[in-house]
Amino acid sequence: MELGKLPGFLARRLVKAVLVVLAIVVCNFFLVHAAPGDPASVMAGQAGAADPLFLEQLRRQFGLDQPMHVQLWIYVRSVLSLDLGFSHRQQMGVAALIAERLPATLLLTGAAFAFAVVGGVTLGALAAQRVGRWADSLITVLALTFYATPLFWVGLMLVLVFSVWLEWLPSFGMNSVGLGLTGLAHVLDVAKHLLLPALTLGLFYLAVYARLTRATMLEVQDQDFVRTARAKGVPEGRITRAHVLRNALLPVITFAGIQAGQLVGGSILVETVFAWPGIGRLAFEALLARDYPVLLGVFFCTSVIVVLFNLATDLLYALVDPRVEVA
Amino acid sequence: MRDFWRRYRRNKGAVVGLVVLVVVIIMAATAPWLFPGSPWDMASAPFLPPGEMDMLLGTDSLGRDVAAGIAHGARVSLLVGAISTVVALSIGVTLGAIAGYLGGWVDDVVMRFTEFFQTIPSFVLAILLVAIFTPTIRSVVGAIAVVSWPPVARVVRAEFLSLRGREFVQAAEVLGKSRLSIVLGDILPNALSPIIVLASLMVASAILLESALSFLGLGDPNLMTWGFLIGSGRSVIRLAWWMSVFPGVAIFLTVLSLNLVGEGLSDALNPRLARTR
Repeated sequence: MELGKLPGFLARRLVKAVLVVLAIVVCNFFLVHAAPGDPASVMAGQAGAADPLFLEQLRRQFGLDQPMHVQLWIYVRSVLSLDLGFSHRQQMGVAALIAERLPATLLLTGAAFAFAVVGGVTLGALAAQRVGRWADSLITVLALTFYATPLFWVGLMLVLVFSVWLEWLPSFGMNSVGLGLTGLAHVLDVAKHLLLPALTLGLFYLAVYARLTRATMLEVQDQDFVRTARAKGVPEGRITRAHVLRNALLPVITFAGIQAGQLVGGSILVETVFAWPGIGRLAFEALLARDYPVLLGVFFCTSVIVVLFNLATDLLYALVDPRVEVA
Repeated sequence: MRDFWRRYRRNKGAVVGLVVLVVVIIMAATAPWLFPGSPWDMASAPFLPPGEMDMLLGTDSLGRDVAAGIAHGARVSLLVGAISTVVALSIGVTLGAIAGYLGGWVDDVVMRFTEFFQTIPSFVLAILLVAIFTPTIRSVVGAIAVVSWPPVARVVRAEFLSLRGREFVQAAEVLGKSRLSIVLGDILPNALSPIIVLASLMVASAILLESALSFLGLGDPNLMTWGFLIGSGRSVIRLAWWMSVFPGVAIFLTVLSLNLVGEGLSDALNPRLARTR
């Protein structure tokens, strides 16, 4: 894309992103009101058991005696000023709770995503070059397996093999308790704890990206510009890297954008299995306590992450592929 | 029909998948006779490893038979998978048909709505829905349906867009048929094959989704499910690996067989596509 057109393109995408976020807030609002029982007790997170003073305060804060559209306006305004409510159970603001847990989740999903992209593209490229050989069959088996295996079960099986039987890797938490490690030792310790959860979360996407890379590489390999490059005497390795692989990456970017939501959703399961202290684990704890403000906050926050990620992939796509229409 | 079966049979994986699926369905149907009584009742001593004291797959922390749990869980998994797919199909087909047939601004609005549902983290929404409406089989089915209709709407819309301009539809319009009868009687039957293939894959992902929900403790508390079995085995995995391994294998085999059947259906229903591949 011409760089001059980029600001307009970005502006349109930003408007769309803002609309999606607004729609999510409205969605949350209606969920609270659709829930059986008094909206105030839903927001208090303790159906029937909340203390009356707190309920009264919530009723006043959210104007629950006012008409519906006024309530909606109050709710939207408070969420957009990042007031996600208060967790009565944890005695803490929901926004603060999420902010505290967010880095761990970003680390986990980031590591899983990087593993999936690097591993998947490599495996896919290998398979495309040697159709019918080991890498090719491996991809088919991996894809069939991980399309059919529940994520949390993969995690449990990895724990069983690598923590219980082989005793190589820790099975829960983010760092060893009570060692007080610092510096490099701390980083290594976290990396060791990160390995199994990131693998669990990433394996499915690795299979997806490998299949995708293989399919597009096979498609691109037969196209005219590759034949031209070959005729010009460009070395085969360079053709693969500069011409074929580069074009094959585009669908991977598209898919990564589409699946961002799934990745974040999957982290709830993985964090639950491995007791990883991120927002997924927070959501699970909130679930057990039926702490609705926290659940609604997690839904809002993960949606925003996905929207931001989509924005990033749109931008990346526009920069990588000159053919993308600005319309 | 015979032609269809011949093309289906050519895909070996799909045949294996069908056999496995039939076995799972028989297991679900005969669970009350194979394992009489409630799967929640104590059957033997707790933590028996597989094979001991006539317990084929071992017992859990309360002495419940894991095999009985799996057989009874199959009923719930298949039922939830099937019903939520039917509900999701009815939402997706309706919206997709409206968007594809009417086009214009209606199409725009419906597709933005669909995109919205595809953007948001669907699993988080499913959790939220089940938690707020309290876990019952209805809320679980509803939540799964709400998050799985968008692909149907997209596929149906695309089919309707391409079929709407065909001669047989124009002929029906000239004959003065009502819109509804054209949509239901002329276009929809011609758009069925991709919907059928998609449906088999949707049952598979619905089963995965249900197991994830009940693993998190969001299953119907009165029903034995595979996800619940794995969830209850999680904390004692060091003591009793069989509690979480076998139910997972059951999910894997069922979902894999559905995916394979889906591939076979796709080959059999789109013969041209299968040959060029």
